Amino acid sequence: MTTHTFDNIRNFSIVAHIDHGKSTLADRLIQQTGTVAARDMVEQVLDSMDIERERGITIKAQTVRLDYKAKDGKNYILNLMDTPGHVDFAYEVSRSLAACEGSLLVVDASQGVEAQTLANVYHAIDAGHDIVPVLNKIDLPAAEPERIKQQIEDVIGIDASEAVPISAKTGLGIDLVLEAIVTRLPPPKGDESAPLKALLVDSWYDAYLGVVVLVRIIDGTMKKGQRIKMMGTDAHYEIEKIGVFKPKMTDMPLLGPGEVGFITAQIKQVADTRVGDTITDEKRGCAEALPGFKPAQPVVFCGLFPVDAADFEDLRAAMGRLRLNDASFSYEMETSAALGFGFRCGFLGLLHLEIIQERLSREFNLDLIATAPSVVYQIKLTNGEQIDLHNPADMPDVVKIEEIAEPWIRATILTPDEHLGSVLKLCQERRGLQIDLSYIGKRAMAVYDLPLNEVVFDFYDRLKSISKGYASFDYVITDYRAGDLVKMSILVNAEPVDALSMLVHRSRADMRGRGMVEKLKDLIPPHMFQIPIQAALGGKIIARETVRALRKDVTAKCYGGDASRKRKLLDKQKEGKKRMRQFGKVEIPQEAFIAALKMDN
Amino acid sequence: MPSQSSAFDPGFGVYVHWPFCLSKCPYCDFNSHVRAAPVDEARYVAAFQAELVHRAALAPGRQVSSIFFGGGTPSLMKPQTVGAILEAIGSHWNITPGAEITLEANPTSVEAERFRGYRAAGVNRVSLGVQAMNDADLKALGRMHSAAEAMAAVDVATSVFDRASFDLIYARPNQSLQDWRLELQEALRRAPEHLSLYQLTIEPGTMFERLVEAGKLAPPDPDMGRALWDLTQEMMEQAGMPAYEVSNHARPGAESRHNLVYWRYGEYAGVGPGAHGRLLTTRGRMAQSTEKHPEKWLAAVEGQGHGLIEDEILSASAQGDEFLLMGLRLREGVDPQRFQRMSGRALDPARIKGLEGYGFLERTAQGRLRVTAEGFPLLDSVIAELAA
Repeated sequence: MTTHTFDNIRNFSIVAHIDHGKSTLADRLIQQTGTVAARDMVEQVLDSMDIERERGITIKAQTVRLDYKAKDGKNYILNLMDTPGHVDFAYEVSRSLAACEGSLLVVDASQGVEAQTLANVYHAIDAGHDIVPVLNKIDLPAAEPERIKQQIEDVIGIDASEAVPISAKTGLGIDLVLEAIVTRLPPPKGDESAPLKALLVDSWYDAYLGVVVLVRIIDGTMKKGQRIKMMGTDAHYEIEKIGVFKPKMTDMPLLGPGEVGFITAQIKQVADTRVGDTITDEKRGCAEALPGFKPAQPVVFCGLFPVDAADFEDLRAAMGRLRLNDASFSYEMETSAALGFGFRCGFLGLLHLEIIQERLSREFNLDLIATAPSVVYQIKLTNGEQIDLHNPADMPDVVKIEEIAEPWIRATILTPDEHLGSVLKLCQERRGLQIDLSYIGKRAMAVYDLPLNEVVFDFYDRLKSISKGYASFDYVITDYRAGDLVKMSILVNAEPVDALSMLVHRSRADMRGRGMVEKLKDLIPPHMFQIPIQAALGGKIIARETVRALRKDVTAKCYGGDASRKRKLLDKQKEGKKRMRQFGKVEIPQEAFIAALKMDN
Repeated sequence: MPSQSSAFDPGFGVYVHWPFCLSKCPYCDFNSHVRAAPVDEARYVAAFQAELVHRAALAPGRQVSSIFFGGGTPSLMKPQTVGAILEAIGSHWNITPGAEITLEANPTSVEAERFRGYRAAGVNRVSLGVQAMNDADLKALGRMHSAAEAMAAVDVATSVFDRASFDLIYARPNQSLQDWRLELQEALRRAPEHLSLYQLTIEPGTMFERLVEAGKLAPPDPDMGRALWDLTQEMMEQAGMPAYEVSNHARPGAESRHNLVYWRYGEYAGVGPGAHGRLLTTRGRMAQSTEKHPEKWLAAVEGQGHGLIEDEILSASAQGDEFLLMGLRLREGVDPQRFQRMSGRALDPARIKGLEGYGFLERTAQGRLRVTAEGFPLLDSVIAELAA
């Protein structure tokens, strides 16, 4: 097999922390190369979902092909691959990076390197990228380019002496960036005559075209009408439409090695395509698939229930629609005595969870109750069997359990020195094991191993609050470790409430139990009798609060025979009772569950 | 409609609403309006007469056992206005000899001077809005009379009318148990036959509500409210005036017959702006209420002969609910058989049993269902449970 270089092509991605100007830089590159006419330019061209624009995050990989005439007089094709920046989408990120040969590392010239930058730049280095550091926001008075260059060298260990100083906002230095892409990033390699080998970078559902697949050709060519095969799923299709994004879809007769583009092929749902899969020719297949393919694995679970039981079918339909476009999101039906019919859903992480929830309420207009997020536990039974536990309510009898293991993460936290004490304390409280503690300039970098269970429970909010918003946080899931995990039940008036039970580490049970009963005490309205609220491990009560009995609830005056007003109040009360869930004699308002189960407290 | 021949006969009442006040009290959410110019009483009399014609046509041949002039401030009416309205009532229905005819009055000296006139017009009972027995609290409640003036008015009322009652509002901001004890003792020294003792409630749309929301007035504390409630019950029992209704206390036989019409869920006609009625017509049991705004009500009556804006047939279940809401306010309780006849369903025995278990509900020897002394302070919850 002969490998050629494709000298006029550069495939690159942009690595940056969330506010460091990735989208603005992408916009400028698109503008400066004339890819989008000035009158059609909107901000954040590549973030097409409303949620992406509003939150300044990228969820789906996007790509744009820029035609650039360089100072050497030659015409180049620059493929900008916009990758999701969040750890929840780490796998998607790694596939997008695998489709490029180089990266621009964008660092805010006054803020410096953040935890998220680090994680992503390491991914890029792992992917074998050449890296061009770019210092953004150089026009701001607080910019300290020399200090930040030093920081990049110290922390990341790459040469930053030729970092490109720019202001994406004003357009300063954009021409230098384009030249650096051409001169400092390598062209792709490949064999045009070899059997087709293409990387499935991402895919999404388009209402008109069906599933659109983003591909990077490694070897061979792809053209309209070609019969192809997905190696991971062994699904066969015929290419209907092929082209590139400029950033509008533009048809092309064929795509060759090193090129990035899209295909459509009558694919019904995104679940039929697997990010990272290898696409080859149906008849003339390539010998081996690309490395690194793995199916999406949900790590965080929560229950989603309609507030109004009548919306259940709508919710089911909405989940199906979302799943069309997001194969990493999974769901199955669940019933809860407290919340009725709903779904147990799996997500790649907390951000993914939030996005799905927000899309359900925004795009499908559904009022939802989300239960506290939980992780997947691995339970080893005494009979040798191993099960994955997604829902604490399904926990087997303790006597049948040999061991429970929980997922752990490795977290990197960057914080200004003055908040380090509180950050370390938080990590300790959450059962963290310190792996490393070092300094990046004035900021401390703490690396901790933490149980994911402790992180899904309000860790991020706490971290933000104790560091006044300055700490940044990133994590990767590392492994499963056995732990002293116990099921904590919540009893209201001596009746267990399934929706409130959770798995906790024994050392954290008291604190979590106390937190929950205290919260419930304020959420359960007083009844005609007093209501004990207890947290229990097995038969042992670890925390108790009491909702005092009503002392007084009587309308003093009834005006001139106005029975209608009282009747309307009674009707309202009856309506309210319908929204209550009955546990023994106690009526708990649905709102109380929502509030009790919300992760922030 | 034949009246029930039992000890719990509700009777037939006529309610007359006079919607004007000299000023609006900050706790009051009743239908009251302040007018700068004098009210054309003759025009209102004509309108009341028209509405009475309308109601009498809907419920002909009733025997009126009570009439109540409420407000607003009915004691702002001239005695001849009251007389003209009573005459109109008597011309359409038969007023039972000895019928209770009550007028609500402000306890000021000006109004006390009109008491004899009301008496001559046919009024035989007054209910005075005393509200507090000390000047500081009267001021805080927005009342325009002094404590001394109010007591003088009570004395005049007792001498002029056969029967008199007065109202007090308690659980006022900063009122201690001892303050209330002394005040109630003072009230009892006036030896009234009837007292209405209302706990202060922050009603929507009132000045007090705005003050509470702005943090300028402490909302009533339920524990303190309960302690004051318990003290009130204890003192009034000892004084021989136990509560016959949540907030109403009387010597035996001195109960307000008119209010019993409501609470026993009888028939009553309501005339005037914002008046409520329940009449058994050929269409069924009707829930009626009139336009609240005085001038709009006047225009409606002058235009169409009545001011009704609500005139609905009450469903069986709505009647059942109202029956419980009103009836369980009474110490005498309700007849479950009557509930069943009205609503077409029986009360849930499990719920009754549950409430009996808490000691909030009991059955009398005659099979009536009544709320206990323990249950009364939680009456709204008890009713919600029973009606569910």
